[in-house]
Amino acid sequence: MEDFQATKPIYMQLAERINHKIVRRELHAGEKLKSVREMAVESGVNPNTVQRTYSELERMNIVETRRGQGTFVTEDEGKLEQLRDQLKTEHITRFIQQMGEMGFSKNEMVKGLQEYIVKEGQ
Amino acid sequence: MITFENVSKTYITQKALKDINIELPKGKIIGIIGENGSGKSTMLKLIAGLIRPTKGFVKVNDIQTNRRVSEIVTYLSELDAYYAMYTVKQTMDFFATQYKDFDLEKANQIMKFMKLEPSQKVKNLSKGNRGRLKIVLSLARDVPYIILDEPFSGLDPMVRESVVKGLLSYIDLEKQTVIITTHEIQEVEALLDMIVVIRNGQIIDTKSVEKLHEQEQMSVVEWLKNVYENAPA
Repeated sequence: MEDFQATKPIYMQLAERINHKIVRRELHAGEKLKSVREMAVESGVNPNTVQRTYSELERMNIVETRRGQGTFVTEDEGKLEQLRDQLKTEHITRFIQQMGEMGFSKNEMVKGLQEYIVKEGQ
Repeated sequence: MITFENVSKTYITQKALKDINIELPKGKIIGIIGENGSGKSTMLKLIAGLIRPTKGFVKVNDIQTNRRVSEIVTYLSELDAYYAMYTVKQTMDFFATQYKDFDLEKANQIMKFMKLEPSQKVKNLSKGNRGRLKIVLSLARDVPYIILDEPFSGLDPMVRESVVKGLLSYIDLEKQTVIITTHEIQEVEALLDMIVVIRNGQIIDTKSVEKLHEQEQMSVVEWLKNVYENAPA
């Protein structure tokens, strides 16, 4: 069973987790997702919620449902690249915003990131 | 759908339910939450047709409930009294003779999933295992309404997890509706579609769990605290 935050709908948290798996290439283009029931049992989540997650991902064109076969990650690599970009932009936006709120300048942010990456690389 | 229309229930002198109106939609897992003596069990017994309302109507699929509603509703209160001398297997066999829709093969599957021993006598089962047997007997029926009274109460977290997983593995929300009463709200928050809060025989609020997260960014536990604080005692 998985843990969820109470402040965000569970169907969105599940969708984010699946998106992260796709971006990390743990789930590949064209790969079949777990069935609604499997996913529900594995994560301890209501099947209606899982269904909503899949519908949401379908709306975003990240997955497609084939009648009688299940739900699959899209084979459109362009879409997946777009998802990757989108997640990157989201995280950067959040970082910049929070740093900005604390009063850091853009230069300090870039410098800080560079220094951090160099240090981590060692 | 299950509907309560102006339902009151009085036991001799005590008012258990006071003029309740509610609709419980199909295809959902619905939690009824309330303290001991709040009227939860009375609601369940009314749905199961085991008791009659003093006033008003309780309808399941638009038909007023009576004893025959057990053909479409499964509800088990206490096993101990009737089946104590039976083994787990005998209890399942007995259920198969009582209900046309009881699927013995499915019962065996769920029994294995729940790690119950078929030869063990019901009276020797721990409280947790008796709870699991109730789940086996309820979920093995191909029935549109499954009512579970406190399926998680008194279970340690590991057992509770296996009950949650068993429930999710063997119900079919396209055809079935599950109604459970519970105290263990935090652990089953992700399981429920809808919550009904009852106190002193009155429904003080109902809520969709995802709407709660989405619109009020609140956990069920936090929400309940607010509901109780703002409701008249």
